[in-house]
Amino acid sequence: MKMTGAQIVIQTLVDLGVDTLFGYPGGTVLYIYDELYKNKHRIHHYLTRHEQGAVHAADGYARVTGRVGVAIVTSGPGATNAVTGLATAHMDSIPLLCISGQVPAALIGNDAFQEADTVGITRSCTKHNFLVRDVNDLARVLREAHFIARSGRPGPVLVDIPKDITVAQTEYVYSSAEPKIRSYKPTLSGHVGQIRRGAKMLQQSKRPVLYVGGGTVLSDASEELFKLQEGLNFPLTNTLMGLGSFPAADSRFIGMLGMHGTYEANMAVSNCDLLVAIGSRFDDRVTGKLSVFAPHATIMHIDVDPTSISKNVKVDLPIVGDVKHVLAQFNDLVHAPGFKSGLQDMGPWWEQINEWRKRECLRFNQGSDVIEPQYVIQCLHQVTKGEAIVATDVGQHQMWAAQFYGFQKPRRWLTSGGLGTMGYGLPAGMGAQVAKPDAQVVVITGEGSIQMNIQEFATCLQYNWPVKVIILNNGYLGMVRQWQEFFYERRYAESDMHVTPDFVRLAEAYGALGLMCDQVDQVIPTLERGLSHPGTVIMDFRVNREANVYPMVPAGAGLNEMILI
Amino acid sequence: MRHVISVLVENEAGVLSRVVGLFSARGFNIETLTVAPVGDGETSRITLVTRGEDSIIEQILKQLNKLVPVIQVADLTEGAHVERELMLVKVATDRDTRAEVLRIADIFRSRVVDATPTSFMIEVTGDSSKLDACLALLTPLGVTEMVRTGLVALSRGDKGMVTKSSH
Repeated sequence: MKMTGAQIVIQTLVDLGVDTLFGYPGGTVLYIYDELYKNKHRIHHYLTRHEQGAVHAADGYARVTGRVGVAIVTSGPGATNAVTGLATAHMDSIPLLCISGQVPAALIGNDAFQEADTVGITRSCTKHNFLVRDVNDLARVLREAHFIARSGRPGPVLVDIPKDITVAQTEYVYSSAEPKIRSYKPTLSGHVGQIRRGAKMLQQSKRPVLYVGGGTVLSDASEELFKLQEGLNFPLTNTLMGLGSFPAADSRFIGMLGMHGTYEANMAVSNCDLLVAIGSRFDDRVTGKLSVFAPHATIMHIDVDPTSISKNVKVDLPIVGDVKHVLAQFNDLVHAPGFKSGLQDMGPWWEQINEWRKRECLRFNQGSDVIEPQYVIQCLHQVTKGEAIVATDVGQHQMWAAQFYGFQKPRRWLTSGGLGTMGYGLPAGMGAQVAKPDAQVVVITGEGSIQMNIQEFATCLQYNWPVKVIILNNGYLGMVRQWQEFFYERRYAESDMHVTPDFVRLAEAYGALGLMCDQVDQVIPTLERGLSHPGTVIMDFRVNREANVYPMVPAGAGLNEMILI
Repeated sequence: MRHVISVLVENEAGVLSRVVGLFSARGFNIETLTVAPVGDGETSRITLVTRGEDSIIEQILKQLNKLVPVIQVADLTEGAHVERELMLVKVATDRDTRAEVLRIADIFRSRVVDATPTSFMIEVTGDSSKLDACLALLTPLGVTEMVRTGLVALSRGDKGMVTKSSH
């Protein structure tokens, strides 16, 4: 059947199972939007108020569903506005397809109106990108882009489509076959010999730690991980991105590790004899000073991306493969008769860990006057029974959410871990709400971060999304202020942000419900009222202005050199 | 350590900038780089020379492999291989030096590819050290300009990279 390029875009997306798009129209994508108008019954487009919001929303949608999030933007400023969203998804390995308009092929390179070298600009912040030069390539390119985005180590892929391609016609041929790209073949299963060697290490270790990252969430390997733990019963720590892959309430969970990790997790890593990294990448915020990271440990690393292995930390046993596959392979060995975990010898190791736990590194004192930010998160956990989908921005509130919410399940925690993008939370929460219309979606943010994509409240109202926004308002760019307090002798250079909009009236201006709370005994009632409201809500909690995130490993220090409360 | 890395890529727009961008973004260095289509023209072969510790080279090889249009990557310095480079040198001459320039050209089995009453252009092929040696002798005689291709190399023996298209 003959179709225009614009029709092919829609048809290919529909054939790929895409029914949700986030985007913003403009000159070069008008033919595509015209087709969207005609295909409303098959594909839902959500109009954000900024392209960055569209890409973050697609990202949030992808994190919650595990499917490829799709965003569409116009050329020039549309594409450059999308860059932060792409870079965010790239750092956290989120499967995204971003379609950008481009000026007509004949004008490319002529500094045409709203022209930008989009493939050039996005080359280093996407997993791959394409410029379509021939309408005959369009369907194939979109299928390949979708495949590349979701396979192997997932990531964002951009397809740049010149406007003339969207009106050119060609024959559309349906295909449901997985694209074959000779230069791109991700490894799924782990090397059998390496896994056998790994299983032996698991049996020999007396002081093991499982260090579990976002790769476990991305490959939907939580069940396999839990089954592995039924055989091993090892202490398990999560990275920021890995939270939810293992139930936080489980006694074998020792908290997050790294810069703001728990005392017990960081001490366990510093003293273990076997560190099993599963879908994690030894980020500098996790390892601290490399020379003293897990100094006594043999290191095993399971990752689908070979470049992650031995990039920062030399690995003794690399296993390249998809976490879900590799853990299933391990389970076959661990649950076979004759496998003896070190459990009977691990009593002293657990005693030591329980000793470290007694430091209660996350404790804080909630007095009767000033609301402590951690208390708000604890109350939120209580009121939502730990079952909300939580999106955050970046800073202190993000770390408190990570430390205090207690994630029991995967794909409920949306945070910009790698790039650290302020302004991520609200649009990501919108994407989550689209993915799970009946779920309680909560955005935890600060008065600084929320202002970075505050325009998206209008989007929430347009679609009646009941997204709940909790602002931990301390009138500071809190994490910046904390670093200035610790390392710059309290010179609070440009981190004071006490001049903010009146968030209650702002909510009302958008048509949302606004609540303000500055009384300790009103925290729970405010949350209950806000969370049970059927529409969009902004809750402005005035919290302790100079609360700090503890523990903290100063940049460049070892994990065992924590600043404790 | 100096490494000669061969990269077989799809011959499509933007591949070279992906490879070069990878090196600049990750702070790897490139000493020389050559690229041209090979086989049926659907693939290109890049030869690049870089330096780094083993861990850096391992990262470079893995990162190159990770690029979607990269079909195959090989570190030729791991085994026996042949290296060649080509240099064109223009030497200004006068009556006293013309014979000397020709003698040097002869010693290095190079060819004169252009001549005027006041200059010669000489084409030298060999490994990089031979080119360096030749240049060292010509420089005092008056080199006007010169250009080098950068290194190309192949592993010795009957095995090689697949250059045939598998479409």
